[in-house]
Amino acid sequence: MGCETYDFDQMYDLIVLGGGPAGLAAALAAHDQGLDKILIVERDKELGGILNQCIHNGFGLHYFKEELTGPEYAERFIDDLKGTGIDVLLDTMVLDLEVTDRCRFLHVMGVERGYQALRAKSVVLAMGCRERTRGAIQIPGSRPAGVFTAGTAQRYVNIEGWMVGKRVIILGSGDIGLIMARRMVLEGAEVLACVEIMPYSGGLNRNIVQCLNDYDIPLLLSHTITNIEGHERVEGVTVQQVDEHLTPIPGTETHYDCDTVLLSVGLIPENEITREADIAIDPRTSGPIVNQHMETSAPGVFACGNVLHVHDLVDFVTEESQAAGIAAANYVQGKRSAEVYRTLELKTDKTVGYTVPQKIELSDDDNLIRVFFRVRQISDKPAYVVVSDGTKEIARFKKPFMFPGEMQHIRLPKVLLDKADGNTLTVFVEEV
Amino acid sequence: MRDVYDVTIIGGGVSGAALAYTLSQYEVKVLWLEKENDLAMGASRANTAIVHGGYDPEPDTLMGKFNTQGAYMCMDLCADLDVEFRKTGSFIIAFNDAEIEHLKLLYKRGLENKVQDMELMDGDRVREREPHLSKEVVAGLWIPHSGVINPWEFTIAMGEVAVRNGVDLKLKKQVTGLTRGDDLWVVDVNDGKETYYSNYVVNAAGVHSDEIHNRVAEPSFKIIPTRGEYYLLDRAIGPSVNAVIFQCPSARGKGVLVSPTVHGNILVGPNSEVIDEKEDTSVTREALESVGEQAQRSVPDLNLRASIRNYAGIRSNSDYGDFFIQVSAPHFVDIAAIKSPGLTCAPPIALYAKDLLEQEGLALQKKTDWKGGRKVVRFKEIPEEERAAFIRENPLYGRVICRCETITEGEIVAAIHREITPVSLDAVKRRAGTGMGRCQGGFCSPRVLEIIARETGLDPTEVMNDAEGSYILTGPTKGEEA
Repeated sequence: MGCETYDFDQMYDLIVLGGGPAGLAAALAAHDQGLDKILIVERDKELGGILNQCIHNGFGLHYFKEELTGPEYAERFIDDLKGTGIDVLLDTMVLDLEVTDRCRFLHVMGVERGYQALRAKSVVLAMGCRERTRGAIQIPGSRPAGVFTAGTAQRYVNIEGWMVGKRVIILGSGDIGLIMARRMVLEGAEVLACVEIMPYSGGLNRNIVQCLNDYDIPLLLSHTITNIEGHERVEGVTVQQVDEHLTPIPGTETHYDCDTVLLSVGLIPENEITREADIAIDPRTSGPIVNQHMETSAPGVFACGNVLHVHDLVDFVTEESQAAGIAAANYVQGKRSAEVYRTLELKTDKTVGYTVPQKIELSDDDNLIRVFFRVRQISDKPAYVVVSDGTKEIARFKKPFMFPGEMQHIRLPKVLLDKADGNTLTVFVEEV
Repeated sequence: MRDVYDVTIIGGGVSGAALAYTLSQYEVKVLWLEKENDLAMGASRANTAIVHGGYDPEPDTLMGKFNTQGAYMCMDLCADLDVEFRKTGSFIIAFNDAEIEHLKLLYKRGLENKVQDMELMDGDRVREREPHLSKEVVAGLWIPHSGVINPWEFTIAMGEVAVRNGVDLKLKKQVTGLTRGDDLWVVDVNDGKETYYSNYVVNAAGVHSDEIHNRVAEPSFKIIPTRGEYYLLDRAIGPSVNAVIFQCPSARGKGVLVSPTVHGNILVGPNSEVIDEKEDTSVTREALESVGEQAQRSVPDLNLRASIRNYAGIRSNSDYGDFFIQVSAPHFVDIAAIKSPGLTCAPPIALYAKDLLEQEGLALQKKTDWKGGRKVVRFKEIPEEERAAFIRENPLYGRVICRCETITEGEIVAAIHREITPVSLDAVKRRAGTGMGRCQGGFCSPRVLEIIARETGLDPTEVMNDAEGSYILTGPTKGEEA
């Protein structure tokens, strides 16, 4: 007995959890594949997801060959919804998901439609991610107001129209931190420094140039904040250099007077619902394990966007999500007729952090399989990305440079994959 | 003709709240002063949240006298006031023979303190119930009638009932002068900005209780502020415990505990550090490392990286060695030096203080129209079959604001409109639980701030993060009119 016996209010061919760039692209692609009853559930009052607060430009360079702002990029897809008949539930939260091999069942709630039970022939997970907090990285000191994660500060500034501080220190040189450094300066604040614990920045190179260098904001690599002080509001921080083990070096303390700390210390895919549905999660990505069709370990459940792995460019989110939407449509329409004849697990070594997909289920329908991955160390001169079956090389790609902060991808032709022996492929970096 | 109160309570922590709750049942005019902008702003919100079983205090102390009874009273009050409480039971664990002897001593003390149903168990039996405990544990003392509570909710719930029944709570009022004149207490507040008159005064000023006492009597005790630091670990990640796990005190100190919280998370701590500044609740790297190491003695594979939050509380330790509860001046009662088990003992202490006031001549006539009890709607506790109908009747409960903890706008609005108005994000957190989950308010803070401003009429820049002065927003962005 499972969820196929539960009462439900409505049945859909596809329910998409999240109306940001991932969910929008997946829903539209599924519709274009001929799928009929599609629902997008979005917790905010409008579609667009995190793009709505990314008012800077630089989105769509690959996908549209234009430089759009976040809201403009989202708008393209929101406009495309017109006339498709795709159903949208705004201001509505998905509470849970239950999956058996016969059904997918979820509860949603919102003010307009109340509490509802929905059944779906397929589901796309597109819930995005949340920010790592101060508590998670345990910065010592007092706990005054004025410590924000960069995304929350961005929400206040760009959506709600409020400034959050006047003298700012940024912890973490990920893209959100870099973007907010510039944003705070443009709103009249003084940004004293961007402090980064690693010896390299985690953000896109163009952001380091356009957000820090252009505004004379120092980037302190191999440094971290070791104390926050202030009674009710932040009054200052202590910054220290760290060694190769990321341990603060005594004697290197510098004090900064400031009233605001913005934390850009990592994004965590929001997979609470995924975990509770007993869907297999990859600890390296904190996202679901998927095959090349973005299908998770649960039948008919697909994942794409930041909930699957944290992206840097929304253009890749769109492409990945379109693949998920198409796969969901094929699943519902029973179009994946060709049998899977081989499963290959993708493994990594210490040079590569993870791959998405984590496995390839080959059938005659496949042709070219794109694998996304991130390297663990900076490769600032040409290097090779090698795919090996353990006894021989299957493929080799030359890359001029690779950074952990910029997601990479390779395309593997099925013809080469068929040559592999065994059922494991390892993806690794080899220096020239 | 000036307004004269019968009793003035100084301090809005759990001790003051329990007394306000008790006195509100009588025909007495009570003034209740708290220096911060909400109740439970001191140790009452930054403690280990344990309702202690009663085996620990010496029998011939006030702590020993009140603990066991206090545990039962707390459990009953939590049920009546709809305050979160989990009867988890506790284990005190032993790692060697010397510690087994200590367990036997605690057992004996527990018998004297009338603690019921205690049981000494060997290590294997302890591990049957607590599989994640260290293999080095050789024995444990099981105390079933104990558990974990939501200590700030407990304080606020008692406060809400008190205010509902006529107690005049004034927040942001720091007592800066206390003198006797015309057979009355003259209470000066905020350096003379306001003055109140009262027949009786009760000092429940927590870490400042010695300062208040010293205004009216010879110094009889000194508060030794002792800070304890904690980890709060995510319930979803890492091994867990079912009961509160205590270590035996050793040369290192009282021992760090590992405890479930009412929300299902894991609390680890506290250490014990005497500090200078009475309100310095900073956490330090050294203390956290020490706490972590000591806790791992009990639960070796404790996942300290699953940390949600660290915090610290300041105990009102003193050189007196017990609660300091007595009549120290005419018509003046101290409820001072309240350290552990002060939370558990708050209800019987309040009864005792009421008796002291009565002995000092306060006429106590029970009200016939006292409205006690409290019921709070928590959406996630509504049975599934009833949710759709509930939201139809109460649409604001249909909008989830705090995603991590599934807390709805209806609950937040209800909390704002209860008897004591919250004016900060943390005050709403203390009432509705928003912002306590893994994103620590990253998602819900802007929304909660907006709701507070809307429902209270405060400008968004006036909504504090926590105490007065903890502003969040500095003003509108450029180009916007305020």
